[in-house]
Amino acid sequence: MTILDIHDVTVAYHRKPVLWDVDLALARPQLAAVIGPNGAGKSTLIKAVLGLVPMASGRVEVFGKPVGQVRRRIGYVPQRESVDWDFPVSVLDVVLMGTYGPLGWFRRPGSVERQTARDCLAKVGLAQYEQQQIGQLSGGQQQRVFLARALAQQADIYFMDEPLAGVDAATERMIFAVLRELRETGKTIIAVHHDLRTVPHYFDHVVLLNVRLVAAGPTATTFTPENLRKTYGGRLALLDAAGEAVRAGSGPS
Amino acid sequence: MLGLKYNTLIVLAGVSLLGASAGMIGSFAVLRRRALTGDALSHAALPGICVAYLILRERNLPAMLLGALASGVVGIMVISALCRWTRIREDAAIGSVLGVFFGLGIALSRIIQGLEGGGAKAGLDSYIFGKTAGMTRGDVELILIAALAGLAVVVLGYKQFLSISFDADFARSLGWPVYRLDLLLMSLVAVAVVVGVPAVGVVLISALLIMPGAAARFWTDRLATLLIVAGLFGFAIGLVGTALSATFLVLPAGPIIVLTGTALFLVSLLFGTRRGLVARVIEQRRFEGTLGLRRLLRAAWETRTSAGNARFSRDDLQARLAWPTRKLAVLLNRATIGGHLRPVGAGHYALTSAGEVEALAVVRGHRLWEAFLTAYPEQASGAANLASLSIDEYVSPAIAQELTAELKLAGRWPEGAT
Repeated sequence: MTILDIHDVTVAYHRKPVLWDVDLALARPQLAAVIGPNGAGKSTLIKAVLGLVPMASGRVEVFGKPVGQVRRRIGYVPQRESVDWDFPVSVLDVVLMGTYGPLGWFRRPGSVERQTARDCLAKVGLAQYEQQQIGQLSGGQQQRVFLARALAQQADIYFMDEPLAGVDAATERMIFAVLRELRETGKTIIAVHHDLRTVPHYFDHVVLLNVRLVAAGPTATTFTPENLRKTYGGRLALLDAAGEAVRAGSGPS
Repeated sequence: MLGLKYNTLIVLAGVSLLGASAGMIGSFAVLRRRALTGDALSHAALPGICVAYLILRERNLPAMLLGALASGVVGIMVISALCRWTRIREDAAIGSVLGVFFGLGIALSRIIQGLEGGGAKAGLDSYIFGKTAGMTRGDVELILIAALAGLAVVVLGYKQFLSISFDADFARSLGWPVYRLDLLLMSLVAVAVVVGVPAVGVVLISALLIMPGAAARFWTDRLATLLIVAGLFGFAIGLVGTALSATFLVLPAGPIIVLTGTALFLVSLLFGTRRGLVARVIEQRRFEGTLGLRRLLRAAWETRTSAGNARFSRDDLQARLAWPTRKLAVLLNRATIGGHLRPVGAGHYALTSAGEVEALAVVRGHRLWEAFLTAYPEQASGAANLASLSIDEYVSPAIAQELTAELKLAGRWPEGAT
């Protein structure tokens, strides 16, 4: 059974295609990066899979079923900028939202859920911040709160939209340690990623996207200068960085 | 009872309950940056009231409220459709709908007044400016039912409303019907508007929806607490406003209630513990003071080190810091009282031993920060925190050691006086 099957997905805003006929299948659990230039439709791909933006055409299946039937097995980390960090909630309140799915409509999070949320916060190193208002955290800490919320979902497949945007090096390593641990327990992670230099080091699967799907496959064989050139076109500065990364070492060490 | 007339008691109870309910429900609109939607709703309710009267040709309260609710909801749906399907922004959509519906309502009310004996019988004026004193027991019961229903919905759907207000995409990813939940919240606002319009009028009900929530935000960082505080604020605004207007009969209730709310809002804006202006100014002053003291100690340390003399003058510091004379005087005074500096002769100072320790920590911290920001500029926004002296909390020990070694190599690592 395929874990993720994206078939002929097209998304358009005001008739301009953002994604065009994208086909993608993941057969085995992966730690996968979605990469591509700005405006390539990386976030839109994730949102289309989750049903957050309407598809002009196409079909998506997760674990062989329509997304609507397997939502409890799906975790989501939205872009950090997508929410109002001034909102009156504490760090723990936000992480507790990850436990809402199985609670159904009217049950409230109780001590079990609270414990789950605290464990997840501890995993990302924010245990001592649970009572803080979320706006008081730094960018990297806010990103970790979102990761903790996704962990609290206890999902089998995670979609993450730029989980490393604006985080410092130490946070980046911590986040990847957590992702790798998830991967080792058989979960699938699909993350929009923007730093080409770290792709070969962290990810074992890449999806190269620029409105159309350029290539997808294991990092070692797919993350090549040729594919990157096809994805990024004439953006030479980026290509140089990518070339460096490819030379620096293909595949996780 | 307490020397209050039955009528006054009815009005007090009705308006306070209305305030509590509108305050709690309106908080969601405020938090979702939809405060103007309540305003649009109340204006959009007017044509519905008129149409109900035109159909029945009599002042039938339930029918008119139903009409108000219906046209209010239609107004909200038009706004949401305009935003969703056209390129009109939300503020423009709200403005247009508010104007069009209210204009239509006014036009219809003129037609009604033109009917024989229509205007006075319909009591339409009271829908525009409110007629608090005319509130009946039936009105209060209606408000009570609406308030309890609103409370029940908010309590039952608390976690859904929290999620869609904070992070709608995440709520959608859980499979919740965000659009319909949104409509439910807006309907609660509509109900509050409809039962509130006869009391304070179309124009002022939106103030009752917005002010308690906006004021409560200055006192708490928790949604649950905020909803309770906003409810209490709304209750208090209704109670005090009505009591004031009953005491000074020359003043109409609607505007007095709103002015009471304004007073409460201003007090919160100034003195609120969470983000009130006074608390923020104090916090900012304290922060500037800490930073200033650190700069002063760093300047003292650098002056002392470069001149090779334990004594330094106020002018030396002034040359380094280029601060206004008063700021320098204030901070020198504070450093002296704090035991970091001691005066030696007129206009001259030296670091105390406690001052030495602190100054060394400051200089080290500052230089490490500078080295870090130079070496890792892309992490500046994520990691830099001016309030923290040491970078240890923010970067890994390996990076801190590497930067220290670099500074030592460049001869910029300050060593303690031995």
